Amino acid sequence: MSIKKGRGNLILPDFTQSSCVDKVGVEERVARFQSRSIKNEAKMQGLKMALNMIDLTTLEGKDTPGKVKQMCYKAQHLHDFHPNLPSVAAVCVYPTMVGVAAKAVQGSGVKVASVSTAFPSGQAPLDVKIRDTKFAVDEGADEIDMVISRGKFLSGEYNFVFDEIATIKEACGKSRLKVILETGELVTLDNVRRASDIAMYAGADFIKTSTGKIQPAATMQVTYTMLQAIRDFYTTTGIQIGMKPAGGISNSKLALHNLVMVKETLGDQWLTNEWFRFGASSLANDVLMQIIKAETGVYQSPDYFSKD
Amino acid sequence: MARKEINKSKVTWDYSPAMESSSHINLKKKYDLYIDGKWVKPSSGKYFDTINPANKEKLSEVAHANDKDVDKAVKAARKSYKGVWSKTTPAERSKYIYRIARLMQERAREFAVIETLDAGKVIRESRDVDVPLACNHFFYYAGWADKLEYAFPNRKVEPLGVAGQITPWNFPLLMAAWKIAPALAAGNTVVLKPAETTPLTALKLAEVIHDAGLPPGVVNILTGFGDTGAAIVDHDDVDKIAFTGSTGVGKIIQNAISGTDKKATLELGGKSANIILEDAPLDQAVEGIVNGIFFNQGHVCCAGSRLFVQESVAEKVIEKLKHRISSLVIGDPMDKNTDIGAINSKEQLDTIDKYIKIGLAEGATMYQPDCVLPKTGYFCKPTLFMDVAQSSRIVQEEIFGPVLTIQTFRTVDEAIQKANNTPFGLAAGIWTDKGSRIFNLASKLNAGVIWANTYNKFDPTSPFGGYKESGYGREGGLHGLSAYVKLK
Repeated sequence: MSIKKGRGNLILPDFTQSSCVDKVGVEERVARFQSRSIKNEAKMQGLKMALNMIDLTTLEGKDTPGKVKQMCYKAQHLHDFHPNLPSVAAVCVYPTMVGVAAKAVQGSGVKVASVSTAFPSGQAPLDVKIRDTKFAVDEGADEIDMVISRGKFLSGEYNFVFDEIATIKEACGKSRLKVILETGELVTLDNVRRASDIAMYAGADFIKTSTGKIQPAATMQVTYTMLQAIRDFYTTTGIQIGMKPAGGISNSKLALHNLVMVKETLGDQWLTNEWFRFGASSLANDVLMQIIKAETGVYQSPDYFSKD
Repeated sequence: MARKEINKSKVTWDYSPAMESSSHINLKKKYDLYIDGKWVKPSSGKYFDTINPANKEKLSEVAHANDKDVDKAVKAARKSYKGVWSKTTPAERSKYIYRIARLMQERAREFAVIETLDAGKVIRESRDVDVPLACNHFFYYAGWADKLEYAFPNRKVEPLGVAGQITPWNFPLLMAAWKIAPALAAGNTVVLKPAETTPLTALKLAEVIHDAGLPPGVVNILTGFGDTGAAIVDHDDVDKIAFTGSTGVGKIIQNAISGTDKKATLELGGKSANIILEDAPLDQAVEGIVNGIFFNQGHVCCAGSRLFVQESVAEKVIEKLKHRISSLVIGDPMDKNTDIGAINSKEQLDTIDKYIKIGLAEGATMYQPDCVLPKTGYFCKPTLFMDVAQSSRIVQEEIFGPVLTIQTFRTVDEAIQKANNTPFGLAAGIWTDKGSRIFNLASKLNAGVIWANTYNKFDPTSPFGGYKESGYGREGGLHGLSAYVKLK
């Protein structure tokens, strides 16, 4: 183990002293984001922005190369009836599907993200997690979505969690690292805040709420707490970290509320897919439906939008 | 580790205007006085304009009541007190009050829009705070009307008689509700004068009261200026004065009623302390600071206008606060996305500007966010003043605007001493993660209302009022009811 771990040039704080979070206050603030009224041009811009921030995801045991290829095609051709739509940000798959996905999106600008470190439970030895990560990187993953060891975190072994993230960061090489906290298992917002701090100091390029396999997932309360952690980290270190809520954001309204939250908590500079992502599979079609509705004035049947 | 430098914003995303419609509201060109269940012309024949402070456009004309009109209203109130209202059974009174609450709810949107137009407050607040709370006050006191013997066990409860009520311009409808609801529940009749810059929702309330079928004379609403208020205070046949407004006027009222047997509740000014301890949930505390001072443009008697931050976190809190206020939307109060609306009147804007100049002259460091104010109307940027002292005028005097002074402290005792070192004593806020600290501070702060880890939370069941120059008497809850009864 090297001495300089994680973002080794930073002075590490005492993670037991992370800022505390008041849940009632968070709920009140979040309600305010939800009462912003996003209409007309702002709505259209927001919807297109949301589309462009999606990590189109399939993470199932029954995934096949065929299914992944179809999803990759959709990632680049969301709805070809409409001429001016962006592509999504990335496709997100299991390591074994990275090769297929990388080939399918080659040259399109759509990134390939791979989950790793024994996703979703993270219950594997470190050497397995490293190999899992390196395999995905070698297959062509631009981004790695790792999970933290929640058991170790909850038992207070913050150094273990920190070291593991730092090690995986090394294994990532040039690929960007997203660290999944699995907030549904962390229970309190204080824990979410502390885990966010650990991940960022250890080397996360993005912090991500959930695997999508555990409920509750990306609630606005949790995402807001993580955004505040990102903001504080940026204030302290000058390093910009990305945010990815994943799981449960299935409609446009929620997506827009999230964007409002990002704008007001972090600022417009986070409003690109370089710094903000939605981990979602069904969100894209709802956003597409809303865009068509905004332009034509009528809702189309879901059958007019491709489902893979 | 080499990291990419921050990429400066490639996008900007602004909210498009989301204007609340005013097409459904029904405003008359001219309003008379509501006396004895009828709309009557003022004996002076005079009317004055009420304007929208966000664009200076005239909304309507309202009557200027003089002492003759006040006399007429008090006589009507006395007549209906003796003849009708005191003979109405408590359960019947309760039904009337419920009916007012329900009618207000039905017309909530109209009330909210008119409140915003007349007062300059943002539609989000009048829609989500003012109007629902006003309705809730009527609902709450409707429940007490037939349970007075349980409210005051083993006592004989009697109404006071005719209540003269004078309300301010910061929460026009809500303050009218605070005053009328308990008065009616206890069996009193009412003569109410709303503030001259914001008379419209009280007049709409008169319409609701009329539609609710309240017997004539039980509630009388007179518009006018200070002379109208003075005529109510000086009238011999008024049993009780309830006033919310400035400390200056409160003192005049107290002088005027000395030597009479008129009862009074005075809810006056404040310069409330909001205290942030180092272990507080800082991001939520910052929300609380913003809500404490910028809610309703700071036109709140209990506004947390003096911020005390423990020195170990002061730098952090101030940085967060500056960042937070940069995302506040300042503009047309009718836009649903506006956070900070218009200052209520030119007079008030002048007062605020005067204090900002005083602050600068006193050598304080001012911070205002980079934002563009609307060209028409009366607006003021949210303003922070650092490097101030207990002896600074901007720390000592009530500004009643979006202006916050920030001081630091080292020990809790120092915070308590500074917080209490003021002629006022209305409210205080405490922010800490530790329950024991809350109880310690709450027992030592000399303020009528103390919030812990929140600020500006109101509920009809909870009494509100102050110490020292913030006045006396309580409104809301059982305490608010007891201000309108004689106990034997």
